[in-house]
Amino acid sequence: MSVALSAPDIKRALTRISHEILEKNQGASSIVLLGIPTRGAHLAQRIASIISEIEGVEISCGTLDITLFRDDLRLRAPKAIMPTTIPPSGVENCDVILVDDVLFSGRTIRSALDALGEIGRPRTVQLAALVDRGHRELPIKADFVGKNLPTSKSQSVRVLLSEIDGRDEVSIEGEAG
Amino acid sequence: MRHLLSIADFSKAEAISILDTANELARVSDGAVKKLPTLRGRTIVNLFAEDSTRTRISFEAAAKRLSADVINFSAKGSSVSKGESLKDTAMTLQAMGADAVVIRHFASGAAQRLADSQWMSGSVVNAGDGTHEHPSQALLDAFTIRKHLGLGKSDLEGLSVAIVGDVLHSRVARSNILLLSKLGAKVVLVAPPTLLPVGVESWPVSISYDLDSVIPFVDVVMMLRVQQERMTEMYFPNAREYSRYFGLNSDRMKSMKPGAIVMHPGPMNRGLEISAEVADSSRSVITEQVTNGVSVRMAILYVLLTGGALEAGGN
Amino acid sequence: MSAIDLVIKGAQLPDGSTADICIDGEYIVDVSSTYKGQAHTSIDGKGCVILPGLVDLHTHLREPGREDAETVLTGSRAGAKGGFTALSAMANTSPVADTAGVVEQVYRLGQEAGLLDVFPIGAVTQGLKGVTLSEIGAMADSVARVRVFSDDGNCVSDPLVMRRALEYIKKFGGVIAQHAQDPRMTVGSQMNEGEISARLGLKGWPAVAEEAIIARDVLLADHVQSRLHICHLTTAGGVEIIRWAKARGINVTAEVTPHHLLLTDDLASSYDPVYKVNPPLRTESDVHALRQALADGTIDIVATDHAPHPLEAKECEWQEAAFGMVGLETALSIVQMTMVDSGLMSWQQVADRMSHTPALIGGYENQGQRIAKGSYANLVVINPTKLWRVDRDLLLSNSSNTPYHGRELPGFVEHTIFRGKPTLLSGVISGEGGK
Repeated sequence: MSVALSAPDIKRALTRISHEILEKNQGASSIVLLGIPTRGAHLAQRIASIISEIEGVEISCGTLDITLFRDDLRLRAPKAIMPTTIPPSGVENCDVILVDDVLFSGRTIRSALDALGEIGRPRTVQLAALVDRGHRELPIKADFVGKNLPTSKSQSVRVLLSEIDGRDEVSIEGEAG
Repeated sequence: MRHLLSIADFSKAEAISILDTANELARVSDGAVKKLPTLRGRTIVNLFAEDSTRTRISFEAAAKRLSADVINFSAKGSSVSKGESLKDTAMTLQAMGADAVVIRHFASGAAQRLADSQWMSGSVVNAGDGTHEHPSQALLDAFTIRKHLGLGKSDLEGLSVAIVGDVLHSRVARSNILLLSKLGAKVVLVAPPTLLPVGVESWPVSISYDLDSVIPFVDVVMMLRVQQERMTEMYFPNAREYSRYFGLNSDRMKSMKPGAIVMHPGPMNRGLEISAEVADSSRSVITEQVTNGVSVRMAILYVLLTGGALEAGGN
Repeated sequence: MSAIDLVIKGAQLPDGSTADICIDGEYIVDVSSTYKGQAHTSIDGKGCVILPGLVDLHTHLREPGREDAETVLTGSRAGAKGGFTALSAMANTSPVADTAGVVEQVYRLGQEAGLLDVFPIGAVTQGLKGVTLSEIGAMADSVARVRVFSDDGNCVSDPLVMRRALEYIKKFGGVIAQHAQDPRMTVGSQMNEGEISARLGLKGWPAVAEEAIIARDVLLADHVQSRLHICHLTTAGGVEIIRWAKARGINVTAEVTPHHLLLTDDLASSYDPVYKVNPPLRTESDVHALRQALADGTIDIVATDHAPHPLEAKECEWQEAAFGMVGLETALSIVQMTMVDSGLMSWQQVADRMSHTPALIGGYENQGQRIAKGSYANLVVINPTKLWRVDRDLLLSNSSNTPYHGRELPGFVEHTIFRGKPTLLSGVISGEGGK
């Protein structure tokens, strides 16, 4: 096991992503952050609070559970469904930024796009991920990345967040193939 | 979990997980999303060998909201009642490629027979078998109690529930007794002694023959339907006398605890086991039961039909 | 000294002694400690128990009418496989055995099969309807010489009809075998009424529906001084009534089936109709009472109530399924397991309960005789230490509705001898019936 991001690394990465989001969207007025449970939801919260600190305004932030939209439900034991909370103003004509911890095959994001499509029609949908470990199976790309981590497929990336795990850390487990 | 046959088959934790899943599904359906792709490409057959429009519609709505293909096989007046065996019907459904069969049947144990046999390989959901069980109804009742009494995601510890009426012939009662006591509620059965089964002493319930002495102390009064044919089978002298002792009317409702609710699985005999005033009162959650039925049945289908390939060794 | 036909060497007799049984023609010609002479056939009986051929007082052979379930021939083969040398064919055939014509037909079919004696039972009432007496006298006088009358499957529920029947059969020393089931208390009943039926939502068949009829009928038998036999007793309460009646000197006998000595109502939890039988499987305490009563003689005999049904009658919902189990081929094993291996009964008592006494009740003079010189050579040789696994597809009965499929049972029936001829040799049916 090797540590890829320490707690300060994570903090810096999220701060940078926050600035990049503001820069790309020319401010915070139209953005809605939607975190993908479980860890993506906490990351979205953190980004929202960093942005509101910078801009001095409340940021719309919610969660988007994609369990019911997965394309591999036949293959996996049924997973508990996590809450989906969309800010009261909705997503119509907003710039939605999906937030997840690890970007891997891209299938989660595809499911998230399907889930989002059922909720409304944002002006744009963007993607922020704390880690991009490669091995995409779909034509999906992140707009904001905390760190690109080259991994082999047999390895696994473990993200710890203080809200759930008591501390912040990203590590890689297993041998590089 | 592959089949839903009896409440006795699953643990308290599993029951709570179904209720929690139903809760999330209800929130999704309450919002803008009316249709989820979850069961796209799966085929669910509603095999109804006995009339029950409301249960069939509820399962159908649940399956469709999850994008499953639904085939209604209403066997009343068709092959099943004309002597086609359950076996032949099951093999037909297997040939059609049914991923799940929701079965309502007049014979107790029909769902279990279907599940235990080698006749078909899909999941079996018991939507009411004879006078045995009706597990999805009990789950939606528990869901409604939990939601209505503001219990969030907890169990039903500390609650008292009265189940009133024809317990002997009621599959709703059997499933509710098992589920509510599993979830920690105290269940009291109120019925004339003729409508309680011999052997009821072994059930996790207390028993009363006097509705008035029970009503002021319970949080939920669940009324059971009295079938018309019971009248001619001497279970009680006549409908008037039944109603006088075991019917829920406005007078009796007045002695209920503040916040206590009235439930009924439907269809109701207004004026017999429940008066119109009570059925339409603010304590009645009867229409809410119907609404919740769809979410609970979505949760059941979700739990049974996801991960199927995993159990079959597909991953 | 010329060679005899058959000798069975070294088997243990019911009384525990060991002897060689010498058979010539239809008779036992000698029971000696060691036979030194010649024999055309010699069977090694070492380690086996030899009993008089078993006599079943309650068999459904289904012919005429339901030959898809069983015929007299297939039932005879199943009987021989189970060690029986006599069966009693119940009257609920189609047409019902309520005339001399039908009972003679069944009797002749038995003779033609030739594997054992088939004694037809006559219906008490026409069409088993419980209303009008059938031609009891004509059946008694027929070639079949019917002595046992029963509406089995139905109860003779009308007390006046029952009284008349009991009186009428005194003319020729007959007996009424009552299927004790109050019909009003058991409309649509599916299984024993109790905790299990309450849980399963299956309509109950209360013990009292059986006991009330038994109580009434022993009083009637007492009143008209006639002979009553109670079929398939299943309840502890029924045992008490029989015990009381016998103590009063009432001329009543009773039977128990092998399945009621072993199986209990909780088996219905599977909803598999292979466990659906009438009267129903009862509780553990009933089973205990039945075993005690059979051991102490309150219950006189074991009868199989062999009830074959075609596959489709059981491959369905419980409440749609037919009542009944096949039992001829497993009866002796179940009795050994429940009564002998448990220490409740000796082999001598097994011989009494399954051969001597049923023959006596039925008036079958050539059956159930002691294993002694001059008796008919009706015998069964059983290996009590050999285990065998029941396979419903290998039963000789035309039907496969056994509740013991897959079970390993003790006591393998090696040989059955009917009137001096082996009908079963080393577990294989022989002779004409084996075709």
